[in-house]
Amino acid sequence: MIYWDHAASTPPYEDVIRTLTEVMDKHYGNPSSIHQLGGDSVKLIKRSREVCANALHVKPSEIIFTSGATEANNLAIKGAALQYMSRGKHLITSMVEHASVYESFLQLQQWGFEVTFLPVDSQGCVSLESITAAIRKDTILVSIMHVNNEMGAIQPIDAIGQEIKRCNALTLFHVDGVQGFGKLPVDLKTWSVDLYTLSAHKFRGPKGIGLLYVREGLKLMPLLTGGSQESGFRAGTENTPHLVAMAKAMRMTSEQQPIFTKNVSIQRDRIFGFIRDIKGLHLHSNENGAPHIVQFSFPGMKSEVLMHTLELQGMLVSTRSACSSKQTEPSRVLISMGLSHEEASSGIRISLGDSHTEEEISQLELALRKAVEQLYPLLEKGRNDR
Amino acid sequence: MIYDMLLLRFGEFILKGKNRRRFENSVFLHVKSVLEPYPKVELRNEFGRIYVYLNGESAAEPIQVLKKVFGIASISPVIVCKSELEDILETSYRYLEEMNIQESTTFKVSARRVWKKFGHSSHEMNHHVGSHLLKNFEMLDVSMNRPALDLRVEIRETETYIFYEVIPAVGGFPRGSNGKAMLLLSGGIDSPVAAWSSMRRGLTTECVHFYSYPFTSQLAKEKVIDLAKVLSGYAGEIKLHLVPFTEVQTSFTGQGQDKLIITLMRRSMLRIATLLAEREGALAIVTGDSLGQVASQTLSSMNAIGRATELPLLRPLVMMDKNEIISIAKDIGTYDLSIQPYEDCCTLFVPDSPATKPNLRIVESIERSITNLNDMILDAVDRTETMILTPNGNGNTKVDSPVEEDWF
Repeated sequence: MIYWDHAASTPPYEDVIRTLTEVMDKHYGNPSSIHQLGGDSVKLIKRSREVCANALHVKPSEIIFTSGATEANNLAIKGAALQYMSRGKHLITSMVEHASVYESFLQLQQWGFEVTFLPVDSQGCVSLESITAAIRKDTILVSIMHVNNEMGAIQPIDAIGQEIKRCNALTLFHVDGVQGFGKLPVDLKTWSVDLYTLSAHKFRGPKGIGLLYVREGLKLMPLLTGGSQESGFRAGTENTPHLVAMAKAMRMTSEQQPIFTKNVSIQRDRIFGFIRDIKGLHLHSNENGAPHIVQFSFPGMKSEVLMHTLELQGMLVSTRSACSSKQTEPSRVLISMGLSHEEASSGIRISLGDSHTEEEISQLELALRKAVEQLYPLLEKGRNDR
Repeated sequence: MIYDMLLLRFGEFILKGKNRRRFENSVFLHVKSVLEPYPKVELRNEFGRIYVYLNGESAAEPIQVLKKVFGIASISPVIVCKSELEDILETSYRYLEEMNIQESTTFKVSARRVWKKFGHSSHEMNHHVGSHLLKNFEMLDVSMNRPALDLRVEIRETETYIFYEVIPAVGGFPRGSNGKAMLLLSGGIDSPVAAWSSMRRGLTTECVHFYSYPFTSQLAKEKVIDLAKVLSGYAGEIKLHLVPFTEVQTSFTGQGQDKLIITLMRRSMLRIATLLAEREGALAIVTGDSLGQVASQTLSSMNAIGRATELPLLRPLVMMDKNEIISIAKDIGTYDLSIQPYEDCCTLFVPDSPATKPNLRIVESIERSITNLNDMILDAVDRTETMILTPNGNGNTKVDSPVEEDWF
């Protein structure tokens, strides 16, 4: 079995698993307890916060730990909208965001906020002009993802950030960085980012833990109230072992980022090569995108069929993004990027980690060629060809 | 802007005749240690200056670090070129071009020919460089008196330095150049600032902290260790003495003179610090007192408390306003630690309205009435734990850290 679904989740580093186990075993104290065991947990959390902050070149006090990216995105978007609604009730996001962003905006829309959903071009990118045109005096938040999880498109975050601040210095900028961290350089200060979401299991950490960078001085309406953990941004007993494990994964990932980008791009380009070569397949990602994501379609054949055919040959790939793959509608994201209904409902995503060998990629090529060869005669088009 | 070198100028201590070389060496070592994270840089020492060759490192971070090195008065980021007229003109031109200067900027050139064999005098060089730049940049206006841009050109035998910025640094004396003192470190905002001020003046500062477990928590003690660790970033290393103060402190509670508790407590602290000073060879005691700030810092209180020791009491913050102290605390990175809400022993057993004018006669008679006070003081000194803290290490501490670095 070879795993080609790293954009959905990644295998944790061995050291991360060991750390998680050891900390879980030794440090079960509640950080809010003032005895020694509690105090020890406080220290571990403090150190975790420092390590995470270092990896992003921000201050430890700017890191808020959450249960993952979904919570971090919800906190960033609803928290900012509710906190700053006195400034205005207009929000901006794109058509291609992750469900946890998109649905948060839909909910805010129901609560009386006005939301502009920006379209994207065929590359999957938001244009600067559309940002300029959409921002108003009462725009309080813009949320744009760094790397799209289905297509791998990289948004021009740097330029978008500067454009937002130029149009309205008070408008906050949230970036869902889940698919970008560890894959591409991240520079929150230069990008003028105010809020930034990460999830540990996308960079070889454990599930159930993530973080939100909240620029110093910003306030957010907490979604979870209770104790005063996380400076009041997020109540709930801190998840010490997972925090430590995430910090470790984050440090290791950020150290390896330049090598990842370089090596994985080469493998991706090789995959691009044979997909372009296989009759019947349409390649949708391109060389300008993230190094680890390949989106293609087999028009006429439902995604699941090709996916399962590949699975029978031991290749695990993905249909749409994992979080919404049980829905039957074709992907909103792919349709927004201009794919036909037929392409969008036959989309397959291959996403790479840092440990695939050349041999494995050759096996993938073989499996894909074989699968398409098998399925091609079943296509309506294939049947007519005969 | 890509700079080639940072020019560091020493502060006032270069006037100090015989000690100069020792002082300069001390600053040099300090600079070397803070630049360790930047492996590409090379250092050169010269009369009154240190040259930091960046060799491709960016200038911004090293400048921030070097601004905090005691003994350095100012820093100039420098572009280096050959000591040849053509190269100097070309480099000055490129420098201004990258600077992106605004409309009608006043400027002058201050050339200095250190290498007298160079073919043009300083005066001629002012003219050459100045007219070359005026020709090329319309927005420049010459102003000899108060130019916005004073371009310095320093011509030396091996190379020429071109710069205009003079960034003020922390100044003061090289670390450890002015003897040793004991500092009372409470964990509040003031005492770490007092420590930093003393260290800036070249004083080796050993910290003394009093704790009253179980009335104060382990966290309060750890907060002080963290503070000392921050301070060790300025000193290289810090000796921290942790004095168990519970017995002494509780002996004052049953005296029916609660209003004098602070006075009594502070006097005992000074006695203990004095004994530690003798043991460690320190010649003074530093406190974070600021006149009038709290009851124990009124002039009457200072008088009654200060008499408990014969050592000179140095109070670097005595005439400073709280806001100034806070601003330094933020600057030196101790403020966020100081404001953590763990009670330290200075706030224990304190009455609502402590005496602002303690009567020395009564204070002394209470002390006499506690017959074993002296023994308790000696015992506290005996049981004092000492740890040595460095910015990155955990020190040779008895406090086990739960943070296993391997986990991160």
